[in-house]
Amino acid sequence: MIEVTNVTKRYGEKVAVSDLTFEVRPGIVTGFLGPNGSGKSTTMRLILGLDAPNAGRTLVNGKPYRDHDSPLHEAGALLEARSVHTGRSARNHLLALAQTHGIGRRRVDELIESVGLREVAGKRAGGFSLGMGQRLGIASALLGDPRTVMFDEPVNGLDPEGIQWVRKLLQRLASEGRTVFVSSHLMSEMALTAEHLIVIGRGKLIADMGVEEFVASASKHSVRVRSPQLERLVELVAGPEVSVSAVAPSVVEVRGLSSEQVGTIAAEHGIVLYELSTQQASLEEAFMELTRDSLEFHVEDRPKAEPNEVLT
Amino acid sequence: MSAVAVERPPVEAGGAAPVGPVTQRRVALSEWTKLRSVRSTRWSLFVMLLLIIGFGILACVVFESRWPHLGADERHHFHPLRANLAGVNFAQLAIGVLGVLAITAEYSTGMIRATFSAVPKRLPVLWGKAVVFGAVAFAVSLPAVFIVFFIGQAILSGQHINIGISHPGVVRALFGAALYLTVMGLFGLGLGAILRSTAGGIAALAGIVFVLPPIVGLLPSSVTNSIDPYLPSNAGGAIWTINPDSGTLAPWAGLAVFAAYAAVALAIAAVLLKRRDT
Ligand SMILES: Nc1ncnc2c1ncn2[C@@H]1O[C@H](COP(=O)(O)OP(=O)(O)OP(=O)(O)O)[C@@H](O)[C@H]1O
Ligand SMILES: [Mg+2]
Repeated sequence: MIEVTNVTKRYGEKVAVSDLTFEVRPGIVTGFLGPNGSGKSTTMRLILGLDAPNAGRTLVNGKPYRDHDSPLHEAGALLEARSVHTGRSARNHLLALAQTHGIGRRRVDELIESVGLREVAGKRAGGFSLGMGQRLGIASALLGDPRTVMFDEPVNGLDPEGIQWVRKLLQRLASEGRTVFVSSHLMSEMALTAEHLIVIGRGKLIADMGVEEFVASASKHSVRVRSPQLERLVELVAGPEVSVSAVAPSVVEVRGLSSEQVGTIAAEHGIVLYELSTQQASLEEAFMELTRDSLEFHVEDRPKAEPNEVLT
Repeated sequence: MSAVAVERPPVEAGGAAPVGPVTQRRVALSEWTKLRSVRSTRWSLFVMLLLIIGFGILACVVFESRWPHLGADERHHFHPLRANLAGVNFAQLAIGVLGVLAITAEYSTGMIRATFSAVPKRLPVLWGKAVVFGAVAFAVSLPAVFIVFFIGQAILSGQHINIGISHPGVVRALFGAALYLTVMGLFGLGLGAILRSTAGGIAALAGIVFVLPPIVGLLPSSVTNSIDPYLPSNAGGAIWTINPDSGTLAPWAGLAVFAAYAAVALAIAAVLLKRRDT
């Protein structure tokens, strides 16, 4: 269980996390989504007490993380930035962390084996590839048999086999009743692994909902209409539940009506249609739509729809 | 790496592993593992040994062979123990740098985040490092100074200018040299923990030990004379000298002053460690 309550964190002038409140429940995988720089990694550091919030508080299993007697048994984290001395072997790295909690060598060797690092366990961690580094990070997160695990972009740098492995691992940890909190940029990845989502943008909470709910809302479609009499048609379809946006000269997208409804209205009023089609938003598009207003770093010169699309 | 591709047993998050509470003892053991498992430790300690023994022998050889040609004034200034412990002046930098690195390397590599995730109360880490590092520094430097003493004095005996171990103050000075190096290492640890940067920590330490005394020497002599004995390296130097120049502190008082510098550095580090983001 993780509780984040009214947390604000500033770095100088920069507000990284702003009055953020949410809970992460045990027994399911909770995805933590947000565009680059939205404050995901910062939030995780705050939960672990690595950084101190300017306001608000974070609790892990009912207490501030640092107040637990066996912190590694309460929460294990894979952080975004590598957290390993480059000159130390993977085995000694894990051993040093294990010893703080009286965890024995056997457990260390077991974990090395199960994350697939046996052959390199005696080598300097500085020479590890990105994926090997992630595996070592995951091993350190699991050392203390944690009731809560927090992974910051765990699949970053992993090969397809590794990605599969992490997915299964997360789900198994959740099925064992642990709290599992995983960040990602990829909605599609989260749709596969997570059951619940916390979405943030610019450090603020945007959504706190079930994945199914999100997918359902994402599959809300729009109707693309091309017509020489658009102005007239737009007047006719207007209504409180309906929104119309221009995407290109003489092309609009209508939300809130089905293509059947739009076609019928047009026919009733003798409006000529050149094109009438249902547009299905992908999960990624839905995610981008949700976070569009809170993007930290916009890619310049990208209009909402590519005019080229209309021409071809 | 073929190991990755093969089928692995599932990760046992639980398993038979008993997990206990974090204790100061356990953190100290963890710090011992950290210290012994990086190459920079072995190298720095090896260099320190080499400097203590190498320079000590070299100085004795030079004096022994040049003795017949030295003038009365030079002979008057010669002291068998001072020549013998010449290497300590150089070794102090090696041990100080190692002290700095013991903490700054954790910051530069990001290890500190793993460390503080395991020990979020943080202070046990600083105390654990201080105890373990202090013990290692003492355990390595003490045999080194005794070895160089016996070799050096054997060399000097060729001209009958040696002193024996039972000479008043010799044993105190030899233990003192090891204590001095230990405190220097702890001072480095404190400075490193305050500055969190290897370059910054080494610069601060070298500045205080090597640059500060000559700068103080430029002040009017009345000022210099009252400050000089209290500079860290001068105060600490009193414990491993047996015929001090006038105006230095008494041996144990000097060591106490030097240890106070290190203690203050560690105390400031402790306060900052608690407060700062990692
Ligand atoms: N230690 C720090 N000092 C200064 N600014 C920081 C620090 N940590 C984070 N920030 C700023 O806070 C904001 C949030 O950063 P954070 O790393 O938490 O985002 P994120 O959601 O993890 O992004 P990404 O998806 O790229 O990993 C960013 O604008 C970042 O520049
Ligand atoms: Mg991040």
